[in-house]
Amino acid sequence: MKTPMTTPRVAGTALDLDKVLGNPATRIIVCCGSGGVGKTTTAAALAVRAAEAGRSVVVLTIDPARRLAQSMGLSSLDNTPRSVSGVDGSAGGELHAMMLDMKRTFDEVVLAHATPERAAAILENPFYQSLSSSFSGTQEYMAMEKLGQLRAEDRWDLIVVDTPPSRSALDFLDAPQRLGSFLDGRFIRLLMGSARSGGRAYLKVLGAGLGAVTGLLTKILGAQVLKDVQTFVAALDTMFGGFRERADTTYRLLQAPGTAFVVVATPERDALREASYFVERLGEEGMPLAGLVLNRVHSGGAKSLSVERALAGAETLDESGGYPLAAGLLRLHAERARIHAREQQLRRRFTAAHPRVPVVDIPALAGDVHDLAGLREIGSALAGAAVQA
Amino acid sequence: MGSRESDWEGVRLHVVTGKGGTGKTTVAAALALALSGQGRRTLLVEIEDRQGIAQLFDVPPLPYEERKVAGGPGGGDVFALAVDAEAALLEYLDMFYKLGRAGRGLRRIGAIDFATTIAPGMRDVLLTGKIYEAVRRKRAGRPVYDAVVLDAPPSGRITRFLGVNQEVAGLAKVGPIRGQADSIMGLLTSPQTAVHLVTLLEEMPVQETCDAIGELTAAGLPVGGVVINAVRAPLLKQADLTAAAKGRLDPAVVRDGLAAAGVAFREGVVAALIDEAREHAVRVALEKSGRRTLKALNRPTYELPLLAEGVDLGGLYALAERLNQQGAA
Repeated sequence: MKTPMTTPRVAGTALDLDKVLGNPATRIIVCCGSGGVGKTTTAAALAVRAAEAGRSVVVLTIDPARRLAQSMGLSSLDNTPRSVSGVDGSAGGELHAMMLDMKRTFDEVVLAHATPERAAAILENPFYQSLSSSFSGTQEYMAMEKLGQLRAEDRWDLIVVDTPPSRSALDFLDAPQRLGSFLDGRFIRLLMGSARSGGRAYLKVLGAGLGAVTGLLTKILGAQVLKDVQTFVAALDTMFGGFRERADTTYRLLQAPGTAFVVVATPERDALREASYFVERLGEEGMPLAGLVLNRVHSGGAKSLSVERALAGAETLDESGGYPLAAGLLRLHAERARIHAREQQLRRRFTAAHPRVPVVDIPALAGDVHDLAGLREIGSALAGAAVQA
Repeated sequence: MGSRESDWEGVRLHVVTGKGGTGKTTVAAALALALSGQGRRTLLVEIEDRQGIAQLFDVPPLPYEERKVAGGPGGGDVFALAVDAEAALLEYLDMFYKLGRAGRGLRRIGAIDFATTIAPGMRDVLLTGKIYEAVRRKRAGRPVYDAVVLDAPPSGRITRFLGVNQEVAGLAKVGPIRGQADSIMGLLTSPQTAVHLVTLLEEMPVQETCDAIGELTAAGLPVGGVVINAVRAPLLKQADLTAAAKGRLDPAVVRDGLAAAGVAFREGVVAALIDEAREHAVRVALEKSGRRTLKALNRPTYELPLLAEGVDLGGLYALAERLNQQGAA
């Protein structure tokens, strides 16, 4: 692989997140990983910990399941940051939380960058309404937009972001570039040209064969849909430049030294595979990676008792018919030790492939976290306080 | 196989969704196996570019092409397909509009990119369109596949995903797209479709299952069964669980039990085992309340055991058998 021939650090170096949180140079923390691994909880726990250590923090969640709202004891989160009560501000810190409302964010962008008449035309366009509320990629664009806005506001000294539950966690990184290449693309110019002049001028510029293309588009989409799309694109035309510029700025912001990416995974094959992919991708993009949070790790329990001995003991008891409690405990232990062994093997596989990526383990909890106390507990585990059994 | 009648006679499209991390792909694969008994032929479809099916069945990454990945337990076949939106679009255009140069032209100016990544919902339209085609495809007057199983987007997005053609119908009042959208919606809202939800006995997955059922029902989409995944076998009696939760297990009894079992142990082991039992009891109590919530949903419910060593091909067959036994297939 691309690993240079210097002395590698010990596999699975400990990740010190308190150092990351406590460093005033850290301005943005991005939590990413596949769905269901605990990104939102991790982001919230980091935010609470940083705020209670004296930093002024805002946490942005993009998850539609309102899980952050639940875990922070808030009944609703809207598109503006709300102060989270119950956070200990004695160190001088504070915490705000917000949930991304992608439609509203999109509307705000339109209203801020278009003339009132044009904005009204855009907001009413059926194509826009569908794009702004139901397109699966809009979330990624709007997350970047909101992150850029929060950073530009410069009201908080730390922004913690929870990334969208994308089909691939990487969509978050690709969104600005995709938008950029689309806006630069000939297709959009063709659409805009057609809207302005019936397309003929642009067809000449772009060459032969395009008459067939427009004809085909009309045939597939129907004249009415094509007209809606064209009106929409033409109306957005004026604000596109600024849109892309800000997406580019945010992308560069993510590469800046003040940003720390935290990859979250559970000790499961799929989640760790996604995490590996993400770690490699962040490296390629020159994005600063803080490390891996390995969430919901099961400890092995009674260490000195092996799976085999526990099961053999349980069988002996089954045969004699005595001590059902001890037999149950031995089986319980065997199951737990097996899960522990499998998780440790997956963890080793990850650290062997990525020896330079620091890792911190968060122990599996019986229940879910839905209050600040729970978030604090996760926070201290994130800071490495968890004693491994 | 087939120890009892299937609860889903007449269903041709099984959509498997669930919260991220609940084991959707595993359950979809096990269901496809379970449905391919007695010479039946099943197509397992994935759409999120993850190659999860290839990993599970231990085969090379799937191209955009239907391939046999396993033999069903009773002599049937499981085929698999990883749908790629761009390939689906080109295939569609070629099939309906006989594209030659114009297709290349579309790609050259970025229209294909636009359609598959930028245009609202277009990707989902193409994916559902391909699934519709697979369900409806016939050879010699009979369906090519007896059942199609979709490893679908997570439950947070499932209603929007399946309803995307409704959205299209709203945008396109007439024309070929409208016709196509109406046909797909017709299948997805018919009794030939069932949307199954995979969950774990944990708070958030259970909550998301309830939310998704509400949303699916409101959207007129047919809710199927609930699959509780990774269920652990009860290892302690209720009385012992209660005592364990309260920290009242008697160390002396445990110690004597270990001695009777012939297990040599160090001093800390008894306390450690009792502690493991306490954690277990807390979890069992939470599982119980999760089960109650799920039961109140009044949907056919199936349970699959936790495979402590992870899921391999053998494990998939075992899960498929469980689904058969419980009537899920």
